[in-house]
Amino acid sequence: MLDTTSTLKRTPFYARHVALGAKMVPFAGFEMPIQYEGIVAEHRTVRGGVGVFDVSHMGEIRLQGPGARAYANRLVTNQVDSIPEGKAVYTPMCLESGGIVDDLLVYATGTDRLLVVNAANFEKDLAWIQSHAPSGVTVLDENEETAQLAVQGPHAEDVVARIYGERVRELEFYTFFEDGKGADWTLVSRTGYTGEDGFEIYVKASRALRTWDRVFEAGAPALIRAIGLGARDTLRLEMGYCLYGNDIDETTNPLEAGLGWTVRLNKAAFIGKDALVAVEQAGPKRKLAGLTLEGERIARHGAEVTHQGTPVGEVTSGSMGISIGKPVAMAYLQPDHARTGSKLEVLTRGQETPASVVGRPMYPGGSVRSPKPRRAT
Amino acid sequence: MKVPPELKYTKEHEWVRVRGQEAEVGITDFAQGELGDVVFVELPAVGTKLTQMKGFGTIDAVKTVSDLFAPVSGEVTAINTELKSNPALINQSPYEKGWMVRVKMSSPEELEKLLSSDDYQKALGAHA
Repeated sequence: MLDTTSTLKRTPFYARHVALGAKMVPFAGFEMPIQYEGIVAEHRTVRGGVGVFDVSHMGEIRLQGPGARAYANRLVTNQVDSIPEGKAVYTPMCLESGGIVDDLLVYATGTDRLLVVNAANFEKDLAWIQSHAPSGVTVLDENEETAQLAVQGPHAEDVVARIYGERVRELEFYTFFEDGKGADWTLVSRTGYTGEDGFEIYVKASRALRTWDRVFEAGAPALIRAIGLGARDTLRLEMGYCLYGNDIDETTNPLEAGLGWTVRLNKAAFIGKDALVAVEQAGPKRKLAGLTLEGERIARHGAEVTHQGTPVGEVTSGSMGISIGKPVAMAYLQPDHARTGSKLEVLTRGQETPASVVGRPMYPGGSVRSPKPRRAT
Repeated sequence: MKVPPELKYTKEHEWVRVRGQEAEVGITDFAQGELGDVVFVELPAVGTKLTQMKGFGTIDAVKTVSDLFAPVSGEVTAINTELKSNPALINQSPYEKGWMVRVKMSSPEELEKLLSSDDYQKALGAHA
C-alpha cells in the first residue's frame, strides 16, 4: 500500500487535507481526500451552507492560436466557437463512433479555449487533442501549474464575493471572469457539480494555499467546511449528473446518456457527428434514467435492473440519496422502461428491490440556477 | 483507533465479546472508519445458524458494501434492532451500541482461532 501511495501525485492543498484529518485515498493517480468528518455530514454542509472541494486533480488543456476556436468546436459536440468571451460550456468530446472520450468544460477566454477535463482521462485526452490538432493551433498542458477549488452551497456567493468583489454576484450561471497575469492569474466561474449554487476558482499552484486560506477566512461567519470526493459523488448523483467511468465512457453516446442538450447536430462537422446523427434518427437503444429504490439496500454499479423479472437494464451509479432520504441510482434502461413512473426491480445481492424511474435531477431542491445535468469529476 | 483488550478479533475486522456461552459480535473501530458512514445493515433472523468464517450479513456504507463474517459458529439469539433505524451507531459506538448479533456458540473452541487485541493491532499495522 505504501509503495503505491508513494507514486501518487499530490495537489497543492495536500498539507491542508492532512491538517484537517482527511482520509486520503488514491484517485485517478492522485492522493485525494475522500472525506474529512464523514460523507453524510459533508453532503449536508454543501446542501445547507458552503463546502470547499479541492478539485486540482482535474486537468487543464489550453488551445491557442488562430485556429483554436474552430478546432475546439470540431473536438466537442456542443457549440464552443461562437460563444461570447466569459462563457463556459459543458460538453462531451466524442470518438468517431459517437462514444464519449470525456466530458469537459470549455472556457471561452479571448481567442483561446481552456478545456477542463477529468483527471483519470487527462493523458488520454491530451494525446487525443494533440493528435487531431491542425496547424495554427497550439495545445498547452496547464495541468500541473493550475490549482482548482470548488466553493459550493447556497451561501457560496457571499464567501466568494468577499474575496473577489461584488462582480461575483453579477456572474450568471456558466459564466466566468479572469483577473491578473502570470502567477496572479485567477479564473472565477459560476459552475459546479453539486446541484447547489457555487463557483470554481482556478489559480496558479503557487497561489493555491493562499487562496484556500482566504476562502476559509471569508467563510468563517457561515457554515464552511472542506468536502471530500465521497460527498462530491453523493451530491452529483442526487442531481443525475454523469460521472465519467461510471455512467458514461467510450461505449456510451451522449444521446443515450441524456446529454442530447449538449449535442449540436446542426453545427459544422465535429468528431462523432455522423454516428450521432444515425443514433438520433434511429432513436437511442437505451436511456440513462434516474431511479429511487424502496427500502435501504443500495444498488451498486453493475446491478441488474428487471421489469417483472425480465432484464431491462443495468445500474451505472448508486448510493444513498442523503438529501432525498432513500437510495438513488442511475441505470441504462430499455427506452420503454425509462419513462418517469416506470416500476422496476433492482437486483441487489440476489434480492429484488422495488425501484421507480424518476426524472433527473432526482433531488430538485438545490440552489443551482439551472436544472441541466452537467459535468464530471 | 480503539482496540479493546478484552475482545477477540477476526482478520476481517469483526470483534467478539464472550459472555459465558454467548458471543456478541460487531465490527471494529478500524472497519467502521474504513467503511465510512453506515446507512444499512442486513442481519440474519434470530434462530439462524451461523458457521465460523461464513458470511452472515452485509453492511452498506455510502461508498461501498461489505460482507460480515461470523467469528464463531452457533445460533443467533438476538440482533441489535436499534441499527435498523440508526445504523450510524456502528460509526459512533462500534464496540458498544453498534453491536450486531449475539450468538449461542456451538463450538466455543473456535475462539482459539481468533486474534487477540495485540495480534489484531499487529495485523492492522499493515494498513495503518
